[in-house]
Amino acid sequence: MMNFGFKIAPSATINLDNVDMEKFTLLHEMEPDVYKCMACGSCSATCPAGRFTGMSVRKVILDLQRGREKEAVRMLKGCMLCGKCSMVCPRGINTRHLILSVCRIYNEDKQ
Amino acid sequence: MIYQGKQKIWSEYQKEIPDDHWFYVRSCIRQNFFPGAEVMFMKICRDLLGKDIYEAAHHTTCGGIAYHCDTIPQETVMTIVARQFALMTEAGYENYVASCITSFGNYIEILETWNEFPEVEAKVREMLWKACRREFNKPKYVAHASDLVYKFRNDIAARAKFRLVNRKTGEPLKVVEHIGCHYSKMFPSKGVGGAEYPYVLCGMIESWGGNVIDYPERRHCCGYGFRQYHVKANRGYSIANTHKKFESMEPYHPDMIITNCPGCPYFLDRWQYAISELEGKTYGENGYGIPVFTYEEVAGLVLGYDPWDLGLQLHQVAVEPLLDKIGIPYDPDEKYRGINHKDLLKPEIPGVLRCC
Amino acid sequence: MKENIVIIGGGIAGLEAAGQLIRLGYSPIIVEKQDHLGGHVAEWHCLFPDMTPASDVVSRLTENVSEANIFVNTEILFINHLKDSYNVMLSNGISIVTRIILFTTGFRLFDASKKEEYGYGVYDQVITNRDLEQWFSTGNDDRVNSRELNAVGFVHCVGSRDEKAGNGQCSKVCCITAVKQAIEMKQRFPEAQVYCFYMDLRMFGKKYEDFYISAQRDYGVRFIRGRVSEVSENIEGKVIVKAEDTLAGKPVKVTLDLLVLMAGIVCNPDCTKVASMIPLQMDSDGFLKSRDNIMDITGSSRSGIFYAGACTGAKTVPETLAEARSAALDIHNYITSSRI
Repeated sequence: MMNFGFKIAPSATINLDNVDMEKFTLLHEMEPDVYKCMACGSCSATCPAGRFTGMSVRKVILDLQRGREKEAVRMLKGCMLCGKCSMVCPRGINTRHLILSVCRIYNEDKQ
Repeated sequence: MIYQGKQKIWSEYQKEIPDDHWFYVRSCIRQNFFPGAEVMFMKICRDLLGKDIYEAAHHTTCGGIAYHCDTIPQETVMTIVARQFALMTEAGYENYVASCITSFGNYIEILETWNEFPEVEAKVREMLWKACRREFNKPKYVAHASDLVYKFRNDIAARAKFRLVNRKTGEPLKVVEHIGCHYSKMFPSKGVGGAEYPYVLCGMIESWGGNVIDYPERRHCCGYGFRQYHVKANRGYSIANTHKKFESMEPYHPDMIITNCPGCPYFLDRWQYAISELEGKTYGENGYGIPVFTYEEVAGLVLGYDPWDLGLQLHQVAVEPLLDKIGIPYDPDEKYRGINHKDLLKPEIPGVLRCC
Repeated sequence: MKENIVIIGGGIAGLEAAGQLIRLGYSPIIVEKQDHLGGHVAEWHCLFPDMTPASDVVSRLTENVSEANIFVNTEILFINHLKDSYNVMLSNGISIVTRIILFTTGFRLFDASKKEEYGYGVYDQVITNRDLEQWFSTGNDDRVNSRELNAVGFVHCVGSRDEKAGNGQCSKVCCITAVKQAIEMKQRFPEAQVYCFYMDLRMFGKKYEDFYISAQRDYGVRFIRGRVSEVSENIEGKVIVKAEDTLAGKPVKVTLDLLVLMAGIVCNPDCTKVASMIPLQMDSDGFLKSRDNIMDITGSSRSGIFYAGACTGAKTVPETLAEARSAALDIHNYITSSRI
């Protein structure tokens, strides 16, 4: 094996074929409204933790569907459960309840 | 795959290619990478088909590499190109054929720009006059050399000694075709078959007996990408593109790859070695790579030219397994002998990629 | 009341206008190029947002025009401008002198094969919105493999909002049609993953938003914001779709068993041809130019020439029907006012 001083750059592409949706399906059963998110971003805009920790409910919902569960769970650690996001969500998603369900489903194996 | 669907698209992208009297301009790099390719083009056109192909000793780079690396302004490239056109005009030709894909794209782009902005053309004419006291007519037709070989593909097939067929099984060879980005992606109507499903190499492969493979990353760049490769820190992106293509074509077990660009065959060939060193992976049979050719080299092979006269010993990936498959004779002892049996010296054998 | 009224096009706009004119006491003449009435709607399976069978709509409209003179399989050969009327020559040899012509020439579905990168007509598992509706109706289409349908994709805006495709306009109905068809696929194949690749979702009509939310919440249709850039076929004959997930800011790819292209709405070329015989002006969006786009969408710049439906731009079925009624009333007013 030679050292050329460079390596094959990893691809940034999300391959949806390889995303395991098992947990998300479970989440959807518990929280049917999770699919109602239309990524407007008002939850993130109003989040008091977001500007310091990167917490964003919008990104959590997206990441969970793109195979980036670890990132999503890590992000949720910044949440203080203040409920501001529930107040602003135009789709009426109970985000506080959703966050707790995400923690329950995805934290089981201590990611 | 619906073949008729592709045929319908091909029929919409047919360009006019005059039969004879061409002014030929070579590529900057092909003679180093694939020394037999351009010679073969001249031999086929002049000796075999009796065409009038003229070359001027004073022609230079078209400036395309510098332009695409963003190191010279477009006016400079245009003036270089204007000088090439002046050489054509002085030699009494109207049909201009380029060996290089990027040159071809460069010429087309510049002519289209002059069409849209005549004041730019006027300025370039003035600059050329001030720089070297030359004047030019714009070419009537601009073609890439692969357009001409495409046009003559059936004449070549009629004179062929070999076909792209597995001698043992009688099956057509599985051939990957790869088109240089600048051939038709900028101006789809200027390429035979358009940009999404170019026909220029498919036509040769079909005519010479092979089967074309359409794999998912067929349209993807070879990985050269000028700046991506020229800056060492970016070479990881360059090779990642090549790697993506090979991973995508692997399930089809291609016998060979044909290209029509100076950079593509070089990178598809040499990066197979680099990938084998980085990942321990090879894509051909029995630890070999997938041999990569220019279309002129393939034309030379089917016409029965000696593989070593075609310069195939300069390829990284060994071509011998393919020559055996087709049944093309070769002398292993002559592989690294040059003109008058001069010893060219044998290269070191790589650790992972199997070579002859 | 023996005033001749020629209606060009026997789609839903032509039928509805004819029905209203009959009710007002006129005997309109419908000229239809195809062998059947109902136009595009007749080729559709069911309609949003209540899943109304399209055939019900067409048969109700057809019942109302039983007294009209209807020529199917008939084209307009030419139209001569007389002093204060028009001589319309039909391909069946009949010529009609009339003061009034109603254009209900409708639209043409964008030819999806023009978007070469999507591989319609090249890759086996790529179909259009119309193909899917026909499969819903007939169940016959070799490209749809019901035994193995695990992943389906919908591409929004095929030939819409696309300058390169020659149509910069939004086709208006494709977003909601994709949502409808995605739900219908989920109903048939509950285990399948269904993706919609969109640029914007334009849910402007009555109950459309509810329909969209239902697709998300109840059916789990996955909406990905990003325009598909390229489609290819893998060794198993499945289609691979590349796009950018613009919300994640990353490229995305997925392998599908079926890809549905939401072909957009462009002006019917036959309409352009007939309009040039009079001649009538085309608007900058490529459709017929109304006298006024707010106050008089059914009026043309020429006396006695009226428009209804998609000949002046993409429209939904209820919008088209409302316009047809409006045009019938305009024609009635035109006749009565000129009589005085």
